[in-house]
Amino acid sequence: MDKKYQPIIGMETHVELKTKSGMFCGCKNDPDAKKPNIHTCPVCLGLPGALPVANKKAIEWTIKLGLALGCKINKLSKFDRKHYFYPDLPKGYQISQYDMPFCYQGKVETSFGPVRITRVHLEEDTGKLIHQNINGHNVSLIDFNRSGVPLVEVVTEPDIFSSVQAKEYAKKLRQIIRYLDISDCDMEKGGMRLEANISLLNVKSQMTNNKSNSKFKLPNYKVELKNINSFRFLERGIEYEIERQREILESGKTPIQETRGYNAEKNITFTQRTKEEAADYRYFPDPDLPPINISEKWLNEIKSTLPEPFDGLFKRWQEKYNLKPELVELLFETAEESKKLEELFKKCIKEKLSVEKFVNAMVHKKIKTIEEFKKMTNIDEVSDDDLKVIIEKILKVNPKAVADYKAGKINTINFLVGMVMREAKKKIEFQRLQDLIKSFL
Amino acid sequence: MTIKDIEESLKKGVFSCQELVKESFSTIKKHDKKINAFLTLNEEQALKQANHYDNLIKKDKNIFDEKPLLGIPVALKDLFTTKDIRTTAGSKIIGDYNPPFDATVVKKLIDAGAIIIGKTNEDAWGHGSSGENTDYEVTRNPYDLNRVPGGSSSGSGAAVAYGGVLVGTGTDTGSSVRLPAGFCNLVGLKPTYGRVSRYGIIAMASSFDSIGHMTRTVYDNAKVLEVTAGVDPFDSTTVPIKVDQYTKKLGQSIKGMKIGLPKEYFVKGLDDKVSNSIKNSLKILEKLGATVKEVSLPHTDYAMAAYYILVPSEVSSNLSRYDGIRYGGSREMFGAEAKRRIMLGSYTLSSGYYDAYYLKAAKVRTLIKRDFENAFKEVDVLIVPTSPTLPFKIGEKVDDPLQMYLSDIFLCPVNLAGIPGLNVQSGFVDGFPVGMQIIGPQFSEELLYKVAYLFEQETQYYKIRPKFKNG
Repeated sequence: MDKKYQPIIGMETHVELKTKSGMFCGCKNDPDAKKPNIHTCPVCLGLPGALPVANKKAIEWTIKLGLALGCKINKLSKFDRKHYFYPDLPKGYQISQYDMPFCYQGKVETSFGPVRITRVHLEEDTGKLIHQNINGHNVSLIDFNRSGVPLVEVVTEPDIFSSVQAKEYAKKLRQIIRYLDISDCDMEKGGMRLEANISLLNVKSQMTNNKSNSKFKLPNYKVELKNINSFRFLERGIEYEIERQREILESGKTPIQETRGYNAEKNITFTQRTKEEAADYRYFPDPDLPPINISEKWLNEIKSTLPEPFDGLFKRWQEKYNLKPELVELLFETAEESKKLEELFKKCIKEKLSVEKFVNAMVHKKIKTIEEFKKMTNIDEVSDDDLKVIIEKILKVNPKAVADYKAGKINTINFLVGMVMREAKKKIEFQRLQDLIKSFL
Repeated sequence: MTIKDIEESLKKGVFSCQELVKESFSTIKKHDKKINAFLTLNEEQALKQANHYDNLIKKDKNIFDEKPLLGIPVALKDLFTTKDIRTTAGSKIIGDYNPPFDATVVKKLIDAGAIIIGKTNEDAWGHGSSGENTDYEVTRNPYDLNRVPGGSSSGSGAAVAYGGVLVGTGTDTGSSVRLPAGFCNLVGLKPTYGRVSRYGIIAMASSFDSIGHMTRTVYDNAKVLEVTAGVDPFDSTTVPIKVDQYTKKLGQSIKGMKIGLPKEYFVKGLDDKVSNSIKNSLKILEKLGATVKEVSLPHTDYAMAAYYILVPSEVSSNLSRYDGIRYGGSREMFGAEAKRRIMLGSYTLSSGYYDAYYLKAAKVRTLIKRDFENAFKEVDVLIVPTSPTLPFKIGEKVDDPLQMYLSDIFLCPVNLAGIPGLNVQSGFVDGFPVGMQIIGPQFSEELLYKVAYLFEQETQYYKIRPKFKNG
C-alpha cells in the first residue's frame, strides 16, 4: 500500500475464563457441554427474583491479567448493567463494567512498538443461539450453558498500525493469558473472540494540518470488525477492510461508521449494523452487587500468585541458556509448564549437556525428557578419566595418524575419534571426544 | 389470637394444626369473594403439611424450639417466588409461571414450620399504593369495602385484617408494607435494607426493596423477623450483622427515650384528623416515659422527586427480562403504571440524561440519608404519620398518578435512606384505622419493636376487628 493512508487499529478481545463455576452463580463453567441447558440455574437463566453473587476467583484472575499487562488496578470497582434485548440475554441486560473497570492503563509489547491497553474488565457471557431446521421448520434454539460464564474484555488504544501487528498483538495476548493459565483461549469454540476497530488516516492532510504536533488526530469514523475466530482471519479481514476503506476515501467519500462481520469463505467483510441502529445501553450500577473494594492486602495476595513476567522469562532464558524466544515459546503455555521446563534445563547443565541442543531436539524431534535426548544423540555415560585411558592407548597404537594430524591433516582426528569409540564400545558425544583427543595431541 | 396463643393451644392440644388450617381456609372462603385478597390458594398442600406437623407435635412437644412458627398460617405476596406454586407478581404477563425454586425467605418460613396458605393480590410488580394496579380483581379494605386496603401488598394486608392468616408477607420499596398496615389496622415492618434476603423476591427497585411482613400484633411481627432476618449467601446485599432476639426485649421500659418529630412532615396536605391522632399518640408515649422534641429533615422536599427518578430507573431495568420470549405474555401486556415507569426509567438512564437525572437523584439520596443520620444524633427514633389521609375510596386516585404517588410521601424517604420503619396503629378516626410510623437508625428493629409494643399494650387497638362496611 502507498503511504498516503495509515491504518489506525484498536482491538477489543473477549476471553472466557476457565473458573470452576459461573460468574454470578454456582453452575459448572462448561460452555461447550454436549447437551444444551444442563448447566443452568435460576441465576444464569435470569428467572424472576434470582440474584447474582460475584465469583471472587474470576475477579482475582482479571486483576492478575491486568497486573501481567502492567495495568493499574482500581481500588474501588463495581459492576454495571448494560441493557439490550436479545434472545440469548435472559435478563435483558448484561452485567458488565462501565466506568470503573478492575484494571486500566497497561501495555503489550510487539515488534512494531508498544500497544497501550486502555482497560481490562469483567462481565458475563450470554447464551448461544442455534438456528436449525427441525421437521422442515426453521427454528432458533437457545442454549444457556454459556450464559453467565466469566468473560474478560481487553481493550487497546488505537496503537496498532497494520494487520500484521494486530495479529502479533492478539497472539501475544493469548500467550500471556495462557501463561497465566486462566483461559484456554480456544478460538474455534469462542473461548477467545477478536474485534478490530479500523480506520485509515490520511497522512498527507494530517501533515499539512498538524505540523508541530507529533500526535496524529484520529480519523472521523471507524469500522468495527466483529466475530473473528482466528488470527489468520483477523489479518485477512483487516487487510480487506483497509483496501475497501482506501477505495472509498480515494473516491472522495468517508466510510460509514458501522459494525461489519468477516466471511471467511468469501474473504470479505459485510455490513452488520450501522450507527443509526446502535443501541443506547443505559448503563447504571447494578444494585444487586455492592461495589468492590480491592484492598492493599487482597491486591498483594493476588500479586503473590503472579508468575515471573512473560517477557522477563524469555530475556533471562536467552541470557542464561542462549535460547531463542521464538523456539522455546513453542514448548510451553502455562507458567507451571515453564517451571517444569526450566527444571529440565537445570538438569541439562548438571549433566554437561547443551540446553540449546536439548531445546532444539524438543522442538524438532519432539523429545520430552533428558533420557530421550541422550538416547537420541546416542551418548553413553562415561567419565573423562576412563576416556583418557582409552585415548592414550589408541594414540599409542596409531602413531601414523598422530603424525599426520600434527603435520596438518586435521581430518585424521575423525579417524581417531572413531577408533576411541570402537575401543570404548560406547557412543560418546563427538565434540567432547574431539576436544579430549586434541588435549593429548 | 396471636402466634404465642397458638403455640400454647397446639402444645396443649386445644386444637390441631389441621383444625387451624381448615379454619383459615373457611374464613378465606367466607370473605375473599368480596375482598379479593388471594390470587392462588395452596389448600391441598397446606392441609397435608398441617397433618404432618400434628404428628410431629404428638411425638415431641419441644418441636417448637426448632420450628418457632409451627402451624402458623401465612400468606405470601405474589412477588415471593414459591416452588411449584404459581407466582404472578400481580401481572398477567407471568400469570401462568410456576417457579422451580423457593425464595430464601419462603424457605426460612417453611423451615420454621409456617404453613403457606396462598399467594396474595397486589399492585402488579409492586407498582402502586392502593392495590388498584393489579391485573386481577381489586382488593378491598375489610373495614370498608368501598375503600382501598393500601398497596402494593394489598392482599396480604386485607387477608391478615379479616383473619384469613396470622402473617402476610410484603415487599416495601416505597410504602408497600407500611401503607396497607396503616390502612388495615396492622403492625407492618419495613426492615433495614439488607436485613432480610431479597433472593427469590421478584424485584421492583433492587436498591430499595425491603422484605417485610404484616401481623396483628407487635409480638407476632417480631417473632417472624427472628425467622426471616439474616445474611444470605445468595444475596450480596444482605449484611452479616447478628439477628437480635426481637421478642425478648418486648415490655422493657422506654423511660428517657427521645422521640423526634420531623417538622417537615407536619405540614399542609396532612389531614387534621390524622395529625390529631398522631399528636394524641405522642402524649401516650410521653406518659410511658419518652420525651418528644421537634427535629428537622431539611431535604424532605426533594425526596419524592429523587424517589421517582431512581425507582423507575431500576424498574425499567428489572422488567427487561419479561421480553415475551420465555414467559407467555408480551410486553404490550404491561399495565399503564408499569409502562409509565419503564418509559420514565428508560429516559432517565439514557445517555445524555443520566447525569442530569439518575446521578443527581443518587446525590439527593445521599443527602436524605444524611438528614436521618443527623436526626438520630439528637433522638432515638422518629415518629411520623404513615399516610397523610385516611384510607381513600377505590377509584379516587387512579386517574391522577401524582396524587397516588403522594400517598407515600411520609414513607418513601425511609426507603431512600435504607433505614427501618414500623407501622403501628395510632388510633381510629371515623371508623378507619390511622397508622403511625416509628423510624429508627439502621438495624434498630429491636428498638422499634420495644417502643411499638409498649404503645400497643397501652392502646390495644389490635383488638378492634373489621366490620366489612358496605360489604
